[in-house]
Amino acid sequence: MLTKRIIPCLDVKNGRVVKGKRFENILDVNDPEILGEYYSNAGADELVFYDITASNEERSISLEFVEKVAQKINIPFCVGGGVKTIDDFSEILRKGADKISINSSAVKNPQLIKEASEKFGNQCVVLSIDAKKVRKDKWHVFLGGGKIDTGLEVIDWAKKGVELGAGEIVINSIDEDGMKKGYDISLLKKVVSEVNVPVIASGGAGVYEHFLEAALEANVDGLLAASVFHYKEIEIMKLKEYLKIKGIEVRI
Amino acid sequence: MNIIVDYGLGNIKSAQMALNKAGIETIVSDNPALIEKAKFILLPGVGAFRDAISALSEKKLDQSIKKFADNGGLLVGICLGMQLLYDRSFEHGEYEGLGLVKGDIVKLKKEKKVPHMGWNNLKIYRKDPLFKYISEGEYVYFVHSYYAHSQNDEMIAYADYGERIPAIIRKGNIIGFQFHPEKSGETGVKLLKALGEILNDNFSGN
Repeated sequence: MLTKRIIPCLDVKNGRVVKGKRFENILDVNDPEILGEYYSNAGADELVFYDITASNEERSISLEFVEKVAQKINIPFCVGGGVKTIDDFSEILRKGADKISINSSAVKNPQLIKEASEKFGNQCVVLSIDAKKVRKDKWHVFLGGGKIDTGLEVIDWAKKGVELGAGEIVINSIDEDGMKKGYDISLLKKVVSEVNVPVIASGGAGVYEHFLEAALEANVDGLLAASVFHYKEIEIMKLKEYLKIKGIEVRI
Repeated sequence: MNIIVDYGLGNIKSAQMALNKAGIETIVSDNPALIEKAKFILLPGVGAFRDAISALSEKKLDQSIKKFADNGGLLVGICLGMQLLYDRSFEHGEYEGLGLVKGDIVKLKKEKKVPHMGWNNLKIYRKDPLFKYISEGEYVYFVHSYYAHSQNDEMIAYADYGERIPAIIRKGNIIGFQFHPEKSGETGVKLLKALGEILNDNFSGN
């Protein structure tokens, strides 16, 4: 049976992993490939590297980390952040990434999803959506870190993205992000019931039960988190053992 | 000589690195003459069947791969590289494959999510030296929307995804992995280690 995937997400700036102060005490390194290997050994099923380097020029240098990660780890990984063109896709995939996630560039240019999926296959194209609740049972797609309301409904955009060729949807719940009160289960349920590609939950995980809820109630395919893993509040292997006892299929 | 066939598609670095760790040192080449005479060739593949098979035929690599297989070298296909070994594919049309293995490549049924993406466990269907270091039920990483539909004479391991998905096939000197051993963690490492031993023990060449 296909397992639920546990996915740590790492922010990269100028080729180095950006960490909070507490994280630095845990692992005294910030090389993406060393942290990637660490998570791979710790039981992660997949990794996401999100490049937050500001300028395009700096980003192409920053992206050299992709090659190093590809040489070091033997689990799949996704790269996102600042990907705007087919050439960006080509470059990052050539460096060895398995998937590329796009967010605002897809909203601005939906054809990018179509072109990229036709050229590289839809498994390479991950549509990441920043979702914010605007009223009861209504979520809009936001840009600019939650500042700009596009007016697009999350469910409609997810469906459109899949029609255009996205092979996976990541739902980042802006309301829940960093709150550690759990994933937005009602939104995730809706998205899962409307699209026929894997859906990854992101934003809000704080304790084991949150992962279980999203896996069990929303039936998402992957569970993404950052700080709880980085600060070792949750160890991936222990989380997987917990999920397994609760009847969730995981890779141990 | 061990060769990864370069036909301009997909990422071959991870596969090359993984083979290297398994003791199979490779060069990357698109030279038909070299390929024909090699000891081992890997057919990688990410992307669409049509693009792959037309790239192979443009570079005249299809004929040299067939000759290589006839000569008895160890031919390994990964993911799309495995699908290319079959007679035909129905991915966005109908295209002829290399025809080294009988069967068709067809789309996964809609009851399940497509692509079949993630970690699924291997069920061993027929004993093979390839399984020397792994046991029943280990997880490997799949990502595909089409699968091999055949009489399953060549199937040695499968995964359940609504139906039996051929995961590893073997027909004598031809081996195919539908999943990515190079992305399958320790289980992938163990499979490739066994592959390296099969190569050393049973295949000779230049």
